[in-house]
Amino acid sequence: MALADNADTRRPNRAPLSRASWSVIKTVLSTIGSVAVTLLGLLLVTFVIGRVMPIDPVLSIVGERASQSTYDAVFYELGLDKPLLVQFLYYLWDVLHLDFGISLLNARPVSEDIVRVFPATLELATVGILLGVVIGVPLGVLAAVRKDSWIDQIARVVALVGYSMPIFWLGLMGLLIFYGILGWVGGPGRVGIFYVDVVPTVTGLILVDSLLDGNIEIFKDAFSHIILPASLLGYYSLAYISRMTRSFMLEQMNAEYITTARVKGLSEWDVVWKHAFRNIRVQLITVIALSYAGLLEGSVLTEIIFSWPGIGSYITTALLSADMNAVLGGTVVVGLIFILLNIFSDLLYKIFDPRAK
Amino acid sequence: MSDRQTLRDWLLTETPTSRRHAKLSALYHGWLTFRSNSMAMLGLAILVALVLTALFAPLLAPLDPFEQNLSQRLLPLGAENHLFGTDSLGRDILSRLIYGARITLYIVALVALIAPIVGLLVGTVSGYVGGWIDTVLMRVTDIFLAFPRLVLALAFVAALGAGIENAVIAISLTAWPPYARIARAETLTIRSSDYISAIKLQGAGPLRIITKHIWPLCISSLIVRVTLDMAGIILAAAGLGFLGLGAQPPSPEWGAMISEGRRFILDHWWVATMPGLAIFTVSLAFNLLGDGLRDVLDPKAGD
Repeated sequence: MALADNADTRRPNRAPLSRASWSVIKTVLSTIGSVAVTLLGLLLVTFVIGRVMPIDPVLSIVGERASQSTYDAVFYELGLDKPLLVQFLYYLWDVLHLDFGISLLNARPVSEDIVRVFPATLELATVGILLGVVIGVPLGVLAAVRKDSWIDQIARVVALVGYSMPIFWLGLMGLLIFYGILGWVGGPGRVGIFYVDVVPTVTGLILVDSLLDGNIEIFKDAFSHIILPASLLGYYSLAYISRMTRSFMLEQMNAEYITTARVKGLSEWDVVWKHAFRNIRVQLITVIALSYAGLLEGSVLTEIIFSWPGIGSYITTALLSADMNAVLGGTVVVGLIFILLNIFSDLLYKIFDPRAK
Repeated sequence: MSDRQTLRDWLLTETPTSRRHAKLSALYHGWLTFRSNSMAMLGLAILVALVLTALFAPLLAPLDPFEQNLSQRLLPLGAENHLFGTDSLGRDILSRLIYGARITLYIVALVALIAPIVGLLVGTVSGYVGGWIDTVLMRVTDIFLAFPRLVLALAFVAALGAGIENAVIAISLTAWPPYARIARAETLTIRSSDYISAIKLQGAGPLRIITKHIWPLCISSLIVRVTLDMAGIILAAAGLGFLGLGAQPPSPEWGAMISEGRRFILDHWWVATMPGLAIFTVSLAFNLLGDGLRDVLDPKAGD
């Protein structure tokens, strides 16, 4: 400490950086490094997957009846004559320029397709995580504060069922009961058939676009379509978030400062929310970021059930028709978001939680 | 009666007379703790029933799971000769569920063998050898941990082709990193203990130390983790089956059965509901068993 102070006084013309901000910069730099390495690993894996597949990439473009010269032309154009390392570098170059190749299904750039379908997934996962947080956090806090009471037992069962239930089956059951029998919610798809492409696309999120357009009717319709799949996804994040909240809170509630606060005569509300809960906020945000990433992935199966035209449906459709560029492009995008959210939560934790240092 | 009493006393003794005696006694104590957890016992009972069902499927199944009978298609629950009804090709759903237990167990057993062994190898080598090998292996582990598992498994299956074996490989490829982390952490604490130094002085090489002295100590935490992961493995396998990327028709795999029933969900709900209940029951059982085992083998980890 003393040494660092001396070093600063010897060079008064430079703005002295405090130790704290230095360590933040260091953390950020090392994080950027690890994002780069992880991303490189992801691209290496998708590259390998693209190479080991039994489908001949040239044949799938030119078709089986193409002449040898056409075949050769495409073969060289794709760079398949080059060594693997060079091919990988080409691949890296393309991906860094957001070029995932051409979809074999509709002959359009995969990146355009992804930009088109991604907002649907984002909308679904965001409503899902909102539901998960709004219900999951209070449930976890209550379960910890009233440990072993009936509410703790309910929280336990909710989580256990969430961990054990196949999401696609729960989705089917939800459709059967709430759409088929009760008729409370809209069916599959993002909006009813008469409302498709009625509001102009601004953000791609129909709930937002319809409000911007001032079209309440479409907003209502979109809401009735999104509520079931989003609750379903929300339930899975709720299971995880409530469990984690409970164990973080239990740790705090046993700490001595809580006893002190109680002895001071603070109300139980203040003890729980102003003291204990304040200290778990950073941990909680990491957990929420992680489950948000999980939801983007969990939406693959949910989107299939609800015919939701998002990135999960896109990858699966491409998969079933062996459109490898689309599959790998989608995988890279989901993987990238996953990695970024992971690292973001990690970074947040390192910067704001003094215990992590 | 008196014989059993003495056996019990022998097992519960405070002063074991041999190493084997001490081991058995510890096992028995663990069993007593486990037995007092009724939910865990329920999970165990369900799984024993599942294994027996799979073993004796030909005896238990009332009908041939592959036999089609179009005049008897989509019969409801409780129909004559078809307790759980029939599917769109007139096949008996109960019989298909019973045979499907074999496929579920097959997938779970294979993944539960492959992933922890890979993880154990990577983790112990990484932790024991240290240095740049540790850095590289852990970096690779971190990369795999940062991937979305289901999407990656999808991409793997897309490359390898659909089928049970490829689904197993895809799930295993995405499931090993947590085991490697656990095994490495255990190895790091064991590596610096006195008895490892003692064996080293006796001339034991790294291979012997890892296989004979480190592996046995990593096993119990791995078992807990594997049991807790099995529910996830079942759900992943069923998800792949549902997408048509796992077991192929006419195989009575539960996820594929749900996918078949999906088309009739509004009018003939039982076709998709029954296999879903089966998946739910089995993965719930694994979760209950895992919680119970954790309390016995690794009491610190619980809340």
